[in-house]
Amino acid sequence: MTESSHRAPLSDVQLRVRALESLLTEKGVVNRETLDGIVDHYENKVGPHIGAAIVARAWMDPEFKARLLEDASTTLADQGYTGIEGSHMVVVENTDAVHNLTVCTLCSCYPWPVLGLPPNWYKSTPYRAKAVRDPRGLLREFGLELPEETAVRVWDSNAEIRYLVLPKRPEGTENMSEAELQEIVTRDSMVGTGQATLEQ
Amino acid sequence: MQTPDLESLDGIPLDEEGPVFREPWQAQAFALVLKLHEQGHFTWTEWAERLNRAISAARAGGDPDLGNTYYHHWLAALEGIVADKRLVTAEALMRRRDEVQEEHGRLHGHNH
Repeated sequence: MTESSHRAPLSDVQLRVRALESLLTEKGVVNRETLDGIVDHYENKVGPHIGAAIVARAWMDPEFKARLLEDASTTLADQGYTGIEGSHMVVVENTDAVHNLTVCTLCSCYPWPVLGLPPNWYKSTPYRAKAVRDPRGLLREFGLELPEETAVRVWDSNAEIRYLVLPKRPEGTENMSEAELQEIVTRDSMVGTGQATLEQ
Repeated sequence: MQTPDLESLDGIPLDEEGPVFREPWQAQAFALVLKLHEQGHFTWTEWAERLNRAISAARAGGDPDLGNTYYHHWLAALEGIVADKRLVTAEALMRRRDEVQEEHGRLHGHNH
């Protein structure tokens, strides 16, 4: 992230944000330090590595996995992962019979505490529309061709509930350690637009 | 009326791992919303609805909404919700915007 040249005039959006921040700071509602802290958290601390650690643990530890599927919010809160916006978390498991796909048709709700902020495509209208209308076609655009017998289930996130997909553990990973397993869990596999695979 | 093609993700990079925020103003707008919410000025449901309205308004105005204008929607929703909640009026915002612009011009030699 680079601040554009100070010699250039400020763009419309830059002016609008600065005006907002300046007025809200004057009112004592916000201050620069806490805003910087929030940005730092989302730029540097949260991201898909957190979700990957949770998935790898669930693959290794059946008892943890059962708790996660039963009550993800509490189980994740016990691990220190709570949403700043206080939403409920639900983990859905991929199996041979079901492939889960997550979307937010309202705006861009996403499991921030475990995946960080969403990629641009997740926030786009084409993704949000197609996930509902033609999920199989959408998955094909992501290079994912599912067998006929696998049903696709779409989960629409909202301000109160965020979904995280627990991908299928690939075959051939029986001897891998939890740390090694984390490496094969991709962001897309936890959104449902991909799968965890050994060839990456 | 021509309906936009919602059936294709053509032209949207699907493999991006880019920066969380592409420009500093996006990070600032993001953080302002989280802070205001944390302080109880609005619920997250209210925010999501506001953001949804900003997205719909942008699309009605011709934005294909491919994800790259997301923080423009975010900022428009933020301006709307602070006005709704009487934190900052639209007039005060316009005035301060002009002041910021003048100040920037004065400091960096862009008087007009």
